[in-house]
Amino acid sequence: MVVNGVAIDDGFAEAFPMAGTAIQITAINEKWALEAARSMTGFATSVIACGCEGGIDKVLSPQETRDGRPGVRVLFFSFDAGGLEKQVTTRLGQCILTSPTSACYADLAGEQEIDLGSAIRYFADGWQISKKFEGRHFWRMPVMEGEFLCEARTGVTTDGVGGGNLLLMARSTPQALAASEAAIAAMRKVPDVIMPFPGGIVRSGSKVGGKYKGMMASTNDAYCPTLKGVTKSELTPEIGSVLEIVIDGLTSAAVADAMRVGIKAVTDLGPQEGAVRIGAGNYGGNLGPHHFHLKDLLP
Amino acid sequence: MTGLTFRKRGEPEERLDLSPLVPARLAGLSEREVAALPVGTSRMGLTVGDVFEVVGGDPSSICFAGGSTRFDRIGEAMQAGGIIVEGDAGARLGRAMAGGRISVEGSVQGHAGSGMSGGVIRIGGDAGERLGGPLAGEMSGMKGGTIVVSGSAGPRAGDRMRRGVISISGNAGADVGSRMIAGTIVVAGTAAGTPGRLMKRGTLFLCTGAETLAPTFLDNGPADLLILTVMARDFAAGEVGPVAFEGMAMRRLGGDTAVLGLGEIFLPC
Repeated sequence: MVVNGVAIDDGFAEAFPMAGTAIQITAINEKWALEAARSMTGFATSVIACGCEGGIDKVLSPQETRDGRPGVRVLFFSFDAGGLEKQVTTRLGQCILTSPTSACYADLAGEQEIDLGSAIRYFADGWQISKKFEGRHFWRMPVMEGEFLCEARTGVTTDGVGGGNLLLMARSTPQALAASEAAIAAMRKVPDVIMPFPGGIVRSGSKVGGKYKGMMASTNDAYCPTLKGVTKSELTPEIGSVLEIVIDGLTSAAVADAMRVGIKAVTDLGPQEGAVRIGAGNYGGNLGPHHFHLKDLLP
Repeated sequence: MTGLTFRKRGEPEERLDLSPLVPARLAGLSEREVAALPVGTSRMGLTVGDVFEVVGGDPSSICFAGGSTRFDRIGEAMQAGGIIVEGDAGARLGRAMAGGRISVEGSVQGHAGSGMSGGVIRIGGDAGERLGGPLAGEMSGMKGGTIVVSGSAGPRAGDRMRRGVISISGNAGADVGSRMIAGTIVVAGTAAGTPGRLMKRGTLFLCTGAETLAPTFLDNGPADLLILTVMARDFAAGEVGPVAFEGMAMRRLGGDTAVLGLGEIFLPC
């Protein structure tokens, strides 16, 4: 398939179920809300080595937040609710509790919940205050700056999807980057998804396992331009650079929407400035239950 | 479907125990069976039919058309459904209720919401003594739910309260929040006596100040806290409705240090 000069593979992205959650971080202004959110979602690119995948879903206006201040919605994903809770509460304690003027609220309803403030309240050393009203539960913790307000728990979904992806293949690295940036700009407008890698883009896509013992993942040699001819390459001669966008979402539909708008952005940009080909990574279809076929997501 | 209505025939000659007239107890009963339920508290043996004209309907929604200060124990131990009282009610309204809604257009007597653990009570007039408080010998009072009083409350509202919210639009009688274990009380008017006497934890908002404060409450200074904003917003959007402290500069006092000392009183700056 070719759309606006961009070839689209007849393949699919293979994705996996993940436990996901959403929280709202607010602060005195957008700058400090983003500082806290970026700190909390740092080193959360891949669940394999980071324990979770996290990122900023969207910046919230004061009208959209619980306390009427500027805020940020962040999402986290992990293999299960237990792993998710461990990561979220550790990051909450080190990155949100510590960030000036911050507050933290649940932003996902679910039958299953994980601790937020309930996990870190003991930092207040006996001065913590529990407040329950209008069906919600908060912890107040005196801190040197004033008082840290944190909702006790947040909801978890087990309908989350991790590993949706697009492979953007271009003649050169600047063109691959331009295509990726265009896709990310469009995908960030889709709610309930994050692209957890730096700037939403990963240059070192991986395959499962490797030749060395203990390696869970290693470089995806089939898509490395410098290995054309010496490995079983998936690249045609004109491809000089490949970048990947990985997408995690609270629902399968959200991941599909993000991939759809990403493909449209890349095809709108065209092959001269961006990618000449769009593909997707999979493992043969036997590992992940979610298959996002590119032909179903065409603009 | 309209609700089950109890139309008052006249002022009863004795206090009545109306605790059987809750949705769960009335479900499945015919009008005749409902009318035969005993509600008297003397040797006269009054039944529902002696006091009320029963107009059949959905028992999950009950209406007392005409109230009385002799109507005791309305909605006791109610778990779901709704009760409306068109008039006054007697003592122990909504005692030990766990869910549902009770709305009284007039005033109520003592121990309304005593020991309740859930649900909502709305009182259009005044409340008597020990609103949400425990009966003699009980270790704790209100354990959850919401009480909204449009008028004033009698002495010791929220006594030994453990959880939940009480909002009083008028004044509070002596010693509101006495022996509080936790929970939240908002008083828009003035608070008589020594509010929060012997409170361990919990939050008292005294939006027009207090008659006196026990010396065992210690001034923590001005408190521009986010929780005040969040509470005011959630109350306004929820069961309690707009509260007087919204946007108000408040001062925090910690106490009562005569006991645990982890409670707090917010006063206007």
